[in-house]
Amino acid sequence: MTSRFTLRNVAVLTLLALLGVAFWTLGSGYTPDAELNRTAAYYAQNTASEIGAQNVVTAIIVTYRGLDTLGEVTVLFLTAAIVALVLGQTKAPRGSSGSGFLPSGELLTTGTQMLLPIILLFGAYVFVNGHLTPGGGFQGGAILASGMLLLLLAEPGRRFGHRIISRVESLSGLTYVFIGVLGIALAGGFLDNRILPLGAFGSILSAGAIPLIYALIGLKVGAEFSSILESLEETEDA
Amino acid sequence: MYLVAMAAGFLLILMGLYGALTHRNILRMIVGFTLADSGVHLVLVAVGYLPGRTAPILDSAVPLDEAAQRIIDPVPQALVLTAIVIGLGITALMLAYAYRLFRTRKSLDIAEFTELKW
Repeated sequence: MTSRFTLRNVAVLTLLALLGVAFWTLGSGYTPDAELNRTAAYYAQNTASEIGAQNVVTAIIVTYRGLDTLGEVTVLFLTAAIVALVLGQTKAPRGSSGSGFLPSGELLTTGTQMLLPIILLFGAYVFVNGHLTPGGGFQGGAILASGMLLLLLAEPGRRFGHRIISRVESLSGLTYVFIGVLGIALAGGFLDNRILPLGAFGSILSAGAIPLIYALIGLKVGAEFSSILESLEETEDA
Repeated sequence: MYLVAMAAGFLLILMGLYGALTHRNILRMIVGFTLADSGVHLVLVAVGYLPGRTAPILDSAVPLDEAAQRIIDPVPQALVLTAIVIGLGITALMLAYAYRLFRTRKSLDIAEFTELKW
């Protein structure tokens, strides 16, 4: 890096300037729609009667586009598996990682003990209420995994059971698919939420199978994020 | 308001791409990519916003029969939720590969990985 005005930098800046012009024309000519497009209007009108969920985004993610969400969870699983594979081959010998760390300190250890149950409870609250409030399985799962991250920070040498995490993950994934297949048998199609009664609109036990599916997604996402964090933590010796 | 969000999103995309293209340290390139990722999310959410409407949650603020006139577009929000999750997966993968490269070659400088250069 002798000169800042190399050919490379000029090329990058030209490219970004062109992109900026494209963005500018896109943004300056943009006027927001006055009303919803047909797909969105259909979701807005029929979510309450067809799905029974207050949160329209949840209805789209879990039921209308449920297959996509199954694919998304699969992609996440694949990511966790590849991260474990890539990092597993460079794993530090047992005992060498973790033991070299300084103790994490009284404040972090005690704080973790106090906060961890609350964080886990909050995560469960977020994914159980996914059909009523902003939130859902992915957000709740991320909160669960943040609790695991706190645990990893407080006790760097600790190993949690890989087996428990992978059991939770595969069981919730299997049940998710099983509920989807039940939708074919008992209701209108794969992942149809009407295999359970829709219940009173706006109550916690409503929207058919959505709370169940979102709880399963929450557990699965939490387990996947935890296994990614754990793979990253176990190699932390360099 | 949506214009502010959209401009910020476009700016984040440009900043992220600039960082990813000019920096030589792989970790800085990853940070650039995640910045551009956040920018794309911001722009997508801003496109779904309709002035004067409320969030797509059918609570007491939204009468059910007027829902289509009262809520903003829920589809971009669902898309962005998916994009955030996949973006996290991509970031985790990039970091894992960067770690692997560092372990095998003791360097994070992209200029030292010349196998794919032509």
